[in-house]
Amino acid sequence: MSVNVVDGIQVYNTVQKVIEKHGTHSEELVPILLDVNASLGYIPAEAVNLISQATKIPASTIESVASFYSMLSTKPRGKHVIKFCENAPCHVMGGYKVWRALLEAIGIEEGQTSADGKWTLATTSCLGACGVGPVMLVDDDLYGNVTAEQVPEILSRYK
Amino acid sequence: MAFYRSHILVSVDPECLQKGAHEIIDALNDELVRSGLLDEVQVLETSRLGDPHLYGPDIMVYPEGVHYVKLTKDDIPYLVEEHFLKGRVVGKYRAEEVSAAEEELGPPKPKEIRVVLRNCGKIDPENIEDYIAEDGYLALAKALTEMTPEEIISTIKTSGLRGRGGAGFPTGMKWEFTRKSEGDIKYIVCNADEGDPGAFMNRRVLESDPHSVIEGMIIAAYAIGARYGYIYCRAEYPIAVKRLQIGIQQARQLGLLGENILESGFSFDLEVRKGAGAFVCGEETALMASIEGARGEPRTRPPFPAVKGLWGKPTNINNVETYANVPQIILKGPEWFASMGTEKSKGTKTFTIAGDAVNTGIIEVPLGITLREIVYDVGGGIKDGREFKAIQTGGPMGGCLTKDHLDLKVDYETLAAAGSIMGSGGMVVMDDTTCMVDIARFFMEFTQDESCGKCIPCRVGTRRILEILERICDGKGKPEDLDTLEELCVQVKRNSLCGLGQGAPNPVISTLQNFRHEYEAHIYEKKCPAKVCRALISFTILSEVCTGCTVCARNCPVGAISGERRQPHLIDQDVCIRCGICAQVCNFNAIEIN
Repeated sequence: MSVNVVDGIQVYNTVQKVIEKHGTHSEELVPILLDVNASLGYIPAEAVNLISQATKIPASTIESVASFYSMLSTKPRGKHVIKFCENAPCHVMGGYKVWRALLEAIGIEEGQTSADGKWTLATTSCLGACGVGPVMLVDDDLYGNVTAEQVPEILSRYK
Repeated sequence: MAFYRSHILVSVDPECLQKGAHEIIDALNDELVRSGLLDEVQVLETSRLGDPHLYGPDIMVYPEGVHYVKLTKDDIPYLVEEHFLKGRVVGKYRAEEVSAAEEELGPPKPKEIRVVLRNCGKIDPENIEDYIAEDGYLALAKALTEMTPEEIISTIKTSGLRGRGGAGFPTGMKWEFTRKSEGDIKYIVCNADEGDPGAFMNRRVLESDPHSVIEGMIIAAYAIGARYGYIYCRAEYPIAVKRLQIGIQQARQLGLLGENILESGFSFDLEVRKGAGAFVCGEETALMASIEGARGEPRTRPPFPAVKGLWGKPTNINNVETYANVPQIILKGPEWFASMGTEKSKGTKTFTIAGDAVNTGIIEVPLGITLREIVYDVGGGIKDGREFKAIQTGGPMGGCLTKDHLDLKVDYETLAAAGSIMGSGGMVVMDDTTCMVDIARFFMEFTQDESCGKCIPCRVGTRRILEILERICDGKGKPEDLDTLEELCVQVKRNSLCGLGQGAPNPVISTLQNFRHEYEAHIYEKKCPAKVCRALISFTILSEVCTGCTVCARNCPVGAISGERRQPHLIDQDVCIRCGICAQVCNFNAIEIN
């Protein structure tokens, strides 16, 4: 399996649906991009062009907005996205050891996607769950009080 | 109207119904008829009382306020006889005071006063009626029917409420500016982009008591004359976003939002905007740019949002906690609020305690409390009996304070004078195993990463500061580095566009001031006193303690440890990557860190 690159028809249908939901006013740009990102996993160049045609916002502006926010991706991502909190409260609770265990278990560096397309490994800003640090997010599942020993077991839950 | 001595509230949310809540109601009524209590005890249906998966079906008995859980219809005869005939609480059915949220917000700890958090964990946040039962929207009714906008503003001014987002600007004055600004269209915005690492008190309020924020915003909108509002909530808080949307929907259905609210002639509506993961959007001008659909980059002020905000119109921005305080002030009066706190900082403030304290989580304390009381009385002291080393207040732009600062009273001015800030209220407690240079490097890594890149002092300056700190942690620090750091910090602080750049050097400045000897040890002696920075430590095996059990050799990821079974082992320093796993797995404390 390689990294999932979506095809043109899927992009077209998704953008149509999202624009229908939010309308074409320029203030809706961030919600539109969030929804496209959620359905396709990232924001392909074709989607930027389609959104530009619908909203009359220049494609360059859309590209600049899409690349500004960390929750929006302009590159394809793996099947499962791991976001590891790298902030101080998690760090002082031993987050670094968990992070090293993650790097070792998947064998890629931060920001990379594994060759089989299964994992994308990213760091994230604070998830607001500091009471149970260190914290990591796999797709939409939040794991708190994570230890380095638990990492292989958590990863094995995802097929 | 009939009067009853007791009321039984039966939870009939979908999960409890599925688990037989209606059978419980039938059994209760049958049993009350049989015992002749039907005229004295009334059975009512209510919404969710507790987590139905843990507790359902459950009932609440008033006036005692006893919560009976996990009932079956066969339990009812005994329960009615004991509780209502004999007047004895049945312990075995009673709920234990535990819920999933306890880890971050337990029962009030010593010295806590809960104003903003008063409803958290007590009401169902997805049911507006629960909020109304706790005097919710009473303040709105009072404001709309008995008070003029000017009276509301003067009430807020008298109360002394200051912006809880960190800067501490007097809320009443901000409202007055926006009210007096020229413009037919005005906006109101709630900053729920709580991005400070270690701060999650706003998330808790939004998730547990969203209506308190919505009500505060409607009152503020009436006071400044706004017709439309936005809550800008970060996307990392999906539950908060969902509960706000439910709350807004319910408020609309009851006519508390929309046209002609409570028939007062005042109209106002509200929507939730999700962020997309940019820390700088917590800055008010960046936040407005993001709502408008642009890159979240700050701009210069003035003009302030009160004059030119969203789409160039006068806009009032406050944070979650500020709005959540408003209904209470209107209801209980400004004098009540001003009776708590210090001369210049009134009321209570929520803080989060993270790091090495015994009790981590959210607290709410009156301003003017000392840091010592927060760390030791509320926070329960330092974990594992270790020693307190530093406390960082105010998030990544705050300073690290030492044990000499522990008796400082926490308010906006005192913290600023000590070289830190109130910020949003995140506190990180650190014990003696923390390296302060490493911590400064760590915070700088964060701000450097989150700098939006618009202005050069912040974009380039934070990068340079980080490089020097990394060099020092790597054992390659030069004697002139400390002077360069100090100068850079001053320049970045003075010349950056927004609060992010202006605050970014604070952790470095404060650690340079309070823990300079640690920097010097790194640079001159090439030593990390806390034994954290990898380049400056080495692991050796104490041959007289080592039993030759081979555990360390088997666990070493790089094969740096050699030795015969039952013979002292040896670490090859050239191969060792200083990961510290050997020290963790050794059962005899034979690994020494130098």
